[in-house]
Amino acid sequence: MSVVEIKDVTKRFGETTALQGIDLEIEPGEFVSLIGPSGCGKSTLLRIIGDLIQPTSGTASVNGKPARQARIDRDYGIVFQDAVLYDWRTVGKNISLPLELARWDRRRRAAKVKEMMELVELTGFENHHPWQLSGGMQQRVAIARALSFDPLLLLMDEPFGALDEMTRERLNMELLRIWEASGSTVVFVTHSISEAVFLSTRVVVMSPRPGRISNIISVDLPQPRTATTREEPRFFELVTEVREALHLGHDTEKAPA
Amino acid sequence: MARLVGRRFTDWLPAVVVLVGTIGLWELVIRAFDVQEFLLPTPSSIARTFWNTRGDLWAAGWFTFQEAFWGFVLGSGFAILVALVLARWRMVGTAFMPYAIAANAIPIIAFAPITNTWFSPLDKSSKISIVAVLCFFPVMVNTLRGLTSVNPRALELMESYAAGQMQIFRRVRIPTALPFIFTGLKVSTVLAMIGAVVGEYFGGALNALGVQILTKARVSQFQEAWAGILLACLLGIALYLAVAALERLTLRWVPSTSE
Repeated sequence: MSVVEIKDVTKRFGETTALQGIDLEIEPGEFVSLIGPSGCGKSTLLRIIGDLIQPTSGTASVNGKPARQARIDRDYGIVFQDAVLYDWRTVGKNISLPLELARWDRRRRAAKVKEMMELVELTGFENHHPWQLSGGMQQRVAIARALSFDPLLLLMDEPFGALDEMTRERLNMELLRIWEASGSTVVFVTHSISEAVFLSTRVVVMSPRPGRISNIISVDLPQPRTATTREEPRFFELVTEVREALHLGHDTEKAPA
Repeated sequence: MARLVGRRFTDWLPAVVVLVGTIGLWELVIRAFDVQEFLLPTPSSIARTFWNTRGDLWAAGWFTFQEAFWGFVLGSGFAILVALVLARWRMVGTAFMPYAIAANAIPIIAFAPITNTWFSPLDKSSKISIVAVLCFFPVMVNTLRGLTSVNPRALELMESYAAGQMQIFRRVRIPTALPFIFTGLKVSTVLAMIGAVVGEYFGGALNALGVQILTKARVSQFQEAWAGILLACLLGIALYLAVAALERLTLRWVPSTSE
């Protein structure tokens, strides 16, 4: 059974067609990146999977259920570009927020927070407040929070977009380690071609006006990915392939003019 | 204590120097130019009168402070409740907000003679009601702004956890609004003391501070009038500082209020 199944989804905001005729299936354990220029609807598609936006037509299902039911069942965790930590809560309390909403008891919450802090290597920062942490550390807290209730699906909307290149590459490695350890499925929105290739098992290339899927590229780089993966010839070939697919989408957009 | 005040003594030093300097200059100018007492008494004579009449003065101040305090509590409390309702049901909010903003521009203190006829001028409730109305608007407008200025991502996150409206209010909207609420409350503390004293100028019990200031000024006991004004200032500042201390205790997560 697919984790995510998008069938003929179209989304209009007034006059603009943000997404048109989207079909996409994502299998368990996949790491799928959505890449494309601004306005191609990649964030909108992510939100439709998470039932934060409803499609104008077509259906989205998660774990075989309608997206809405999956959201109510807390089947996915989500991470945004900014960490969206609640300033009045400590790091530990931020991570346990979804657990409080799911009515876990105190002891179980504390154990889980401890486990998550170890997973994102922030042990010792439980009682810090978010503003005391660097941008990269805040984003790790956001990831820990999204994974705290063991969702099978992780939705990420340009989670490292606001970070510097060094931090981004380190967090990429960390995310892959977490993905392998948790066995979850990841849908990852990004602007960065090399990030998409490095992380993903499949890259979904999207083009704008109207937002649609123009190409899907399987990434056959060996697992697990390491720091040297970025230096392999095959990595560069795939980066080129994605880049050309992106430009192709861009050209067809300009052609009628 | 250091945390409540928030600053070390050395941070306060410049302000203390300005205070002492101002009072010193005031005293000096009046002595040097022989200013008439009905125009402006010397600080030292005001202080002397303040000390000598402290019993009566304190009784009057306490009476007026109670009016200001209860008016502040009632007005602010009601304002927060109304803001919660307006934020929860947006239709109600959009229907009422223009009038709330317009009402905010009304010089409410002008209604003091009216509340004096609604309730007895001798009764505290006539001043409490005018103070409550004065305090209502700044708290309501600020609270509503706080409740509705939540990061949209923070709301999406709560939605992704399938959180209900009550949970969103309790865990996101209200904590986000707290700094705004305290801004409104601090504005209101100042208005509360003004409302109570000026309300009493339009008529009130004999042992009320506003009435005391008015009658002393009328019979040319200017030092006594100034002593009353001094007490009104001190009580207003005390109420402000109490709310500021409460803010520091509540908003410990905000960087600017921690050490």
